[in-house]
Amino acid sequence: MNPLLEIENLRVTFPTPRGDLEVVRGLSFTLGRERLGIVGESGSGKSMTGRSILKLVRAPGRVTADRLTFDGIDLLTRSERQMRAIRGARISMVMQDPKFSLNPVMTIGEQIAEALLTHQRLPRREVNNRVFTMLESVRIADPERVAKLYPHEVSGGMGQRVMIAMMLIPEPDLLIADEPTSALDVSVQAQVLDIIDELVKRKGKGMGLIFISHDLNLVSSYCDRILVMNTGEVVEECKAGELMNATHPYTRGLIASIPRLDETRNELPVLDRSAWATK
Amino acid sequence: MTALSLKNLDISYGDVQITHDVNLEIADGESFALVGESGSGKSTVLKAIAGLAPEWTGEINVFGKPRSHGIERAFSRQCQMVFQDPYGSLHPRKTVDATLGEALTIHGIGDRSARIEEVMASVGLDRKFRFRFPHQLSGGQRQRVAIARALMLKPKVLLLDEPTSALDVSVQAEILNLLKRLRQEQNLTFLMVTHNLPVVSFLCDRLAVMRQGRIVEVADVADLKRGDLKDPYSRELMHISAAHAN
Repeated sequence: MNPLLEIENLRVTFPTPRGDLEVVRGLSFTLGRERLGIVGESGSGKSMTGRSILKLVRAPGRVTADRLTFDGIDLLTRSERQMRAIRGARISMVMQDPKFSLNPVMTIGEQIAEALLTHQRLPRREVNNRVFTMLESVRIADPERVAKLYPHEVSGGMGQRVMIAMMLIPEPDLLIADEPTSALDVSVQAQVLDIIDELVKRKGKGMGLIFISHDLNLVSSYCDRILVMNTGEVVEECKAGELMNATHPYTRGLIASIPRLDETRNELPVLDRSAWATK
Repeated sequence: MTALSLKNLDISYGDVQITHDVNLEIADGESFALVGESGSGKSTVLKAIAGLAPEWTGEINVFGKPRSHGIERAFSRQCQMVFQDPYGSLHPRKTVDATLGEALTIHGIGDRSARIEEVMASVGLDRKFRFRFPHQLSGGQRQRVAIARALMLKPKVLLLDEPTSALDVSVQAEILNLLKRLRQEQNLTFLMVTHNLPVVSFLCDRLAVMRQGRIVEVADVADLKRGDLKDPYSRELMHISAAHAN
């Protein structure tokens, strides 16, 4: 089977007064219908990677790559108009915080319907039915009531579920989730992840997932494969279950700095950034 | 000696009562955690103590003295709060120097420059950051400024509202180490709100689990480490947290 997404030598550059700054430097990977986790600290370039797949990096930022294909389509040569047909319908993205990503002046039902109607024409009744079933599938108990609410009237966890519903209703082939649970409680986090997982598996042909997070534990328990990024480069690639055997000092440093439930260390080890910052 | 005691504390926002009958005794020098999910009222308890949620009934005592419902200078000298999000809690148009010096001006304390440098050194901020604005600092540096601001008046009690949840794990480790060191050096009492149980395990001596505005269990951190919490809801939280880590 052809890979869903192929990336070779992806670079994202921003001009600064002191010359160009590369925030993603030569990233390459291929993705099938699987769950790929990208982990790293703030500024490691993980979100920029997600955004450049959708060509959402705004000028003056520049994206270059030797190859950036999605399901046989060369994304690099697509125009903005052609990209709009792909965004949402084929590749969609769940953002970090529902408070800032949902439209505050549209009801939840209207927003979800809009995501659907941008890409296809459907009769009103069917749209409503699809919206209600979608809300049900993200475990919202009374979809008809919730569809009439505005984003400020629901909790953070529910807002994030609404956003997932909105992103999944056009049935995309690839979902990019950029810190989808960082703004949520641990107990709600688990629920939201279960929902994404269920939906990734449910669709007959399966769906690709790129899960961007700074939380190593979360990513290792949830994904199939992991890329660890630091200053724009992949420093380590491994199967999720083998993360604890990681070899790169950066990955090991990150793992060691997380406090544990049965913590006995008096001081947490802190990353010594000079050790591998060669550039 | 008791640093902070809460008796039958009921806090309301307008007509909605948030907490019901909260009772806590925190000893001098202790590090105490309040855990629970969003909406359980844990942050509201901190706000009431800090004077940001004035609609409460019951008693709040700090070192044996009852706290009034208004703003008290004597109280601010003993008890200060560090907020969750250093991006939101620092004034964007004030330099680090102005942020740190404000408390000194309000309380009419002199020797401003020396005091600011002393506190900056104690939280591990280099002198060169003194005249920068918050947007020129990283998240970890900003949280250091927020902690430095709370320490300006040399308080005995620090109220910490999720002090590391907005930070990366590696930066979180730096801030947790800093808080632990400051507590030892200055004999501080901590009351920390968090939903991260491993952080509690690292930094605290005891914890209280809150749910729907009530404290359901108070336990030693040793019990948490052994996985020995009693209340079914606290066990559930503990299991979610353990599953998350593996």
